[in-house]
Amino acid sequence: MTDIAPPSATAEDYLAQTRRKRLYGAILLAIFVAMMASGFRLADARNAGGFFEGLHRFFDFPAEIFSEAIAKWQNIPGLLWRYLPSLIETLNIAAVSTLIGGIAAIVLALLSTRGLSLWPRAIPVFRRAMDVMRALPEIVVALVLIFLLGVGPVPAMAAIALHTMGALGKLFSEVAENADLKPVEGLGSTGASWFQQMWVGVLPQVAPNWSSYALLRFEINIRASAILGFVGAGGIGYDLKTALQWGQGRYDAVVAIFALLFATIILVDHFSDRARARLVRGATAKEGRI
Amino acid sequence: MRLEFRHVSKVFGSKAAVDNVSLSIEGAGFIGVIGRSGAGKSTLLRMINRLGDASSGQILFDDADILALSGRDKRDWQARCAMVFQQFNLVPRMDVASNVLHGLLGRRSTLSTLFNLWSEADIRRALGILDRLGIAEQAAKRAEALSGGQQQRVAIARALMQDPAIILADEPIASLDPMNAQVVMDALKRIQVEDGRMVIANLHTLDTARRYCDRVIGMRDGRVVFDGRPDQLTTGVARDIYGADASFSEAATSTEIGALGDDQEYAAAMLGD
Ligand SMILES: Nc1ncnc2c1ncn2[C@@H]1O[C@H](COP(=O)(O)OP(=O)(O)OP(=O)(O)O)[C@@H](O)[C@H]1O
Ligand SMILES: [Mg+2]
Repeated sequence: MTDIAPPSATAEDYLAQTRRKRLYGAILLAIFVAMMASGFRLADARNAGGFFEGLHRFFDFPAEIFSEAIAKWQNIPGLLWRYLPSLIETLNIAAVSTLIGGIAAIVLALLSTRGLSLWPRAIPVFRRAMDVMRALPEIVVALVLIFLLGVGPVPAMAAIALHTMGALGKLFSEVAENADLKPVEGLGSTGASWFQQMWVGVLPQVAPNWSSYALLRFEINIRASAILGFVGAGGIGYDLKTALQWGQGRYDAVVAIFALLFATIILVDHFSDRARARLVRGATAKEGRI
Repeated sequence: MRLEFRHVSKVFGSKAAVDNVSLSIEGAGFIGVIGRSGAGKSTLLRMINRLGDASSGQILFDDADILALSGRDKRDWQARCAMVFQQFNLVPRMDVASNVLHGLLGRRSTLSTLFNLWSEADIRRALGILDRLGIAEQAAKRAEALSGGQQQRVAIARALMQDPAIILADEPIASLDPMNAQVVMDALKRIQVEDGRMVIANLHTLDTARRYCDRVIGMRDGRVVFDGRPDQLTTGVARDIYGADASFSEAATSTEIGALGDDQEYAAAMLGD
């Protein structure tokens, strides 16, 4: 009765999120490849040949990077240590923007859910607002904000938080739509305020599913935060860009940064998968108090 | 303590769920509202608690128009006018004592709600009320782990926590088995008598109305068609209220003969509708 089985629409969104996660991975890879390719073009501008002639260099370049990194393998541990603060900055940007975006998403979701909204007539307004937030690509928002506010983590945070607000708001609202309204009505009859009705009557029902979506979003936001580093938002993305632009002589740094980034993403994925599995199982088995 | 309806109507679309009702209820007592499904019983009760708004008319409590209240005043009124629901409407994942303490929410600040800060005195009072209803040992269990009858008593405990002037009960026993139905009705009746409160209950069966009420209000198509003592509820009056719903009146009147045993009697009464 109190279970919120993900409806098929929610499952669709979940799949969409997963696809998006993959897309970010692909973009990260594509940027990496593009940077390498452009470096390659610059370096070999003099004797530029045909496409197929040059194709082998596409593979030569990573080989070049790795051979240099292997040659300077003693540097790698030091470099890993050196880039750790940047990694933490990237994670911070992701965490703060997920948190801010998530809290705003809760408010937006409740205000745009039938049966729960404080102003039922304004539901379409909040829904459209979330659509717009989702539709704006983070990188565009970040570039505009960087132009206005200058380079730094704040534009990245704002951009990611805005997107998170729209994306999580929609998912949160779909979960809340399936919430049992009887406790809310019961609390309302005692004179509880809207906030109290939501906090006591709705939150315990939706918390497991909401947390699960928020964790998934955190994973996505780590990738987004790394990518935004390229356009000047700081963090490890920025270091990667600098190292790549420097070219030969810094390839050990490139490898170290990638190692850090991939290890982090794999670790976070692993732990959040487990946490989400537990959250959703806990919600079904109704074990423990929320 | 006086609750007065003055030409109260509630319209859904083009249909009047409650149609120009005027009534006056004075002092403590157990008032039953009966009528077939769709007669407007729930709509009437929910307007008193302000869970639903009236389309026109006035509802006065001690001469103050409660339909005109808003914001803080409305919440204060709701705190004084507790409601018990057919489906209990508890927070299922929270423990029983917390559910009882929710009766205080209308008088609590947002901050204390946020951190779930109940004073020891409040908690003791909640446990005392649970004890009075015979379910003190369930206090730490999750509400959803209790039987229907126990959950409804938790809901009554929540209502008592509000220390209300009026207790409204919308078909409090309609989803309970006969045994539990009797336990819950007995509890409501005892509270009404011992505390001198006004209880207004929508009841599904004539039999229950006759057994527990001091006054019965019969509704049909949104209008009050009977208002009197339970002993005035003759078969003819029942037919007025329930109309062509013959199966109902027969099930209800057959119990009037009194030839049936207690359990069977309840079972027959529950057959109605
Ligand atoms: N929210 C609503 N929207 C539209 N119509 C409604 C709404 N609530 C009630 N009604 C209508 O108003 C009429 C009275 O409903 P109400 O729930 O008050 O009846 P009731 O006497 O409580 O019936 P029951 O015994 O089935 O609970 C019904 O015809 C119902 O269809
Ligand atoms: Mg009803």
